[in-house]
Amino acid sequence: MPGTTLTIARSTIPHGTPVERAAAVVRFAGDANDGVLLVGTQFTYACAMVGNAVMTVPDPAAEIRAPAGALAGVTAFQCHFAGHAIHTPGDRLDLLVALNPSALRTYIGDLSPAGLLLVDSDRFVPDEWAKAGYVADPLQDAALQAFRVLAVPIRQLNREAVARVNLIPTEIERCKSFFVLGLSYWLFDRPPEPTFRWIRETYNKNPGLVEAHTRAFKAGWHHAETLGPGLQSRVGQRCLKSGKHRMINGATALALGFLAAARQSGLPMVYAGFPVAPASELLHLFTEWKQENIQVIQPEDDLAAANIALGAAFGGSLGVTATTSTGIALQADTLALAAISELPMVAVHVQRAGPSLGMPTRTEQADLLQAFYGRNGECPVVVLAQSSPSDGFRIAIEAVRLAVTRMTPVVVLTDTYLMSASEAWHVPSSSELPMVLAKQTKADPEHPLLPYSRDEHLARPWAIPGRAGLEHRTGGMEKEANTGAVSYDPANHEAMVALRARKIAKIAEKLPPLVVHGPKSGDVLIVAWGSVCGATHDAAERCRAAGLNVANIGLTHLSPLPADLVGVLRKYRRVLVPELNAGQLSKILRAEYLLDVVSLNKVQGQPFLVSEIEAKVRQLLGPC
Amino acid sequence: MSIPVLAMTASDFSSAQEVRWCPGCGDYSILSQLKQALASFGVRRENIVFVSGVGCASRLPHYINTFGFQGSYGRAPALATGVKLANPNLQVWVVMGDGDACSAGLTHLTHALRRNVDLKILLINNEVFGLSRGQQSPTSRVGTCSKTSPDGSVETPLRPVSIALAAEATFVARTVDVDVNHMSEIFEKAAMHRGSGFVEIYQNCKIFNDGVFEYATDAVIKTDSIIHLEHGRPILFGKDRNHALRLNGFEPEVVTLGQGITMDDILIHDERAAEPTLAFLLSRLVGPQFPECLGVFRNVRKPTHQQLLDAAFQQGDPPRAFESLLAGDESWTLA
Ligand code: SF4
Repeated sequence: MPGTTLTIARSTIPHGTPVERAAAVVRFAGDANDGVLLVGTQFTYACAMVGNAVMTVPDPAAEIRAPAGALAGVTAFQCHFAGHAIHTPGDRLDLLVALNPSALRTYIGDLSPAGLLLVDSDRFVPDEWAKAGYVADPLQDAALQAFRVLAVPIRQLNREAVARVNLIPTEIERCKSFFVLGLSYWLFDRPPEPTFRWIRETYNKNPGLVEAHTRAFKAGWHHAETLGPGLQSRVGQRCLKSGKHRMINGATALALGFLAAARQSGLPMVYAGFPVAPASELLHLFTEWKQENIQVIQPEDDLAAANIALGAAFGGSLGVTATTSTGIALQADTLALAAISELPMVAVHVQRAGPSLGMPTRTEQADLLQAFYGRNGECPVVVLAQSSPSDGFRIAIEAVRLAVTRMTPVVVLTDTYLMSASEAWHVPSSSELPMVLAKQTKADPEHPLLPYSRDEHLARPWAIPGRAGLEHRTGGMEKEANTGAVSYDPANHEAMVALRARKIAKIAEKLPPLVVHGPKSGDVLIVAWGSVCGATHDAAERCRAAGLNVANIGLTHLSPLPADLVGVLRKYRRVLVPELNAGQLSKILRAEYLLDVVSLNKVQGQPFLVSEIEAKVRQLLGPC
Repeated sequence: MSIPVLAMTASDFSSAQEVRWCPGCGDYSILSQLKQALASFGVRRENIVFVSGVGCASRLPHYINTFGFQGSYGRAPALATGVKLANPNLQVWVVMGDGDACSAGLTHLTHALRRNVDLKILLINNEVFGLSRGQQSPTSRVGTCSKTSPDGSVETPLRPVSIALAAEATFVARTVDVDVNHMSEIFEKAAMHRGSGFVEIYQNCKIFNDGVFEYATDAVIKTDSIIHLEHGRPILFGKDRNHALRLNGFEPEVVTLGQGITMDDILIHDERAAEPTLAFLLSRLVGPQFPECLGVFRNVRKPTHQQLLDAAFQQGDPPRAFESLLAGDESWTLA
């Protein structure tokens, strides 16, 4: 029986040839138990496996256990897929699947005017409208006339589809997501075979469930064929290169990057993380992965987490921690200690909408100034920013490289959006990963250790306990140059402040040249950092495609800023800095380079739309 | 494990840093006994780490020629936990003052203890903030006159030994700065203990709280005001050792032997008791109503944090290969 379920009969109903498109954006929305995450993930794989570029983002419910049908329980999953490189999960939706009235109410504003709206008409009954705050059937509302609405009795059709299989009611309901999937696959002409395979592998112990899910899927597919002409489209173009791929979100990429750095440096790692979303994702991953060379601990608070990481660095391990929100402020204390004791620890700071608890599930970039300046005393540290989900892998390795070669704490800035957004990633072979050279000092009887002497990078020796002859004391007190003895000498303090600053600044000398996309000089340069790099790049591409003289760069090294940055900035008439804050990088660029950059700020807890950045560029360029 | 070496002396543990405590400070005696004790353990200097926070007591690591790390206020137990996770073979000592340990550091202290991290934690208690110049501390007893309590402290003090016991510490002891033999004995026991060893040291702050522990240090007075706990022995005290402790229901009471009270009525100290109930009761004895206890309150063997982590690591599935984690569970290959 299962053997026969792996194919689908192509219909003879005339519905026209699929419209070819360059890209499309789909969002599945409903209650948490409507399986929207599963549907979205399957749909994404179906696109990625044909070689489309994909980028996704989940939108989790505001409440963990909201009542069924409530606005607070609406969960969504968005997938952007294209035949060309893309860097955002998409602005406007080409298809919104709203499985209940609350989902419709929450997201209808994001549907493109030419978009399709698919609803489960069985859920549009007075009780359910009321939960969404509607007083009349929203499907009859004139506002929906603008869209093509597919009102499908999904619950009913699904029940009929699986009626012949002996299932309990919850199992029947669960098959509904595969009806939705079948329908959506048909709309975008996705190959169903990988999903059939997935069903078989997932329910391999239960042939009844294999059959039911497959039937539900096929019923959805065939129902779509009856909905009328002109509905089907296809994103056919292959974009991904050959080789092994996986979907990866920002959190996983960072965690894998740290794992790779530990492996490539031969150093053991201690990961200390207090559970606070979304930073806790790293804690979960390291716990789940349990590796020989990684000790994981869930400490009592974010200060303990940072101190454990720092103590581990003193003890000779890579010390890594991650936090978010108010925890970032707490860890400032430990970062200052790491900076003056000059020890290699990495703190991943996941920015979410603040201040204080702010909007805990929403994204923001408002902790940049804190990463730059937010410690007591003159205290520069290295600050890096993750610029896309998969970029976390590279950034984590770079953070460890700088920490252990320069003996400094490194802050990695990322944000809520990047942590959960996913994209297809070309899996690197472990043999092509860069080596991370960490040199821990060996005792030399000829030359007694000077714990605060300097190498060519101005880094001090990493002299770890357990090695005879390297005994020394360090900590939060000012050090005498070379000896590291506690010193209150005024001139020494000034010299040490300057030396620690120079050590960080010197990193800029060795950074690779900035990659400028677009013209090397001209009208507008957009400077982005962190998660805004994605939307910026796509906006700049659109401008260039429209013949505008617009270039863009994405900064991953923020402190120190790349040495060639100022030269690049000066080659353009206007410099635009879009940020999800009130203008923090702008402030730094103005202060560093006396350049009158233009800020584009958004502080709504939401990422930029590509169109918002594009509109700002066009405004800067003035009427053509 | 650490490799023993022959004959080290206390001076082998002196660092080049000039010692800077006030003349007459109890910390001198603690430092000197500690160096004596370290010399006697035979653990090599490079395998020893001292970690501290902020305060007069927290300067101590700078004066000992081992590895040392002075961190921020109260965070030493967390720093030390990190050191220990990085290298479980090190002997790690944590030095905290009462302000450091019982204000900012209370969270970290109690969590290091409950995890049974193999740390030797010395809480040097002088019941006052010294380095910040004489403010009341969380252990100042009611009525203590200080810069921030000129009319006498009104807040109820914390009792560090009670806290350590409540935090499930596996080794808990108390000693006093001037009793050098007792201090060495306790340091040695703490060092031998596998797991969190917690030692409260009554220390005299000559400048801001002079004489607050006189009842425990004055040769004449202390015989009646101090109990030296001995494992397996009845709890007796006094010049003639005829005063004793017995339980009246859940209440301790001081009795005098004779007049119908025999040794059978007297509480026997059991530092190895699985439940620290009696140890807690002893930690609640405070003068002048009661004599105060010195010695080992609790000394039980439980797996250390590292042993538990290692055991957990052995459970369940073996670790996945790096390459398999890189590829994840749902990779696909494009031709
Ligand atoms: S202030 Fe008190 S505790 Fe501090 S060094 Fe002076 S005497 Fe010792």
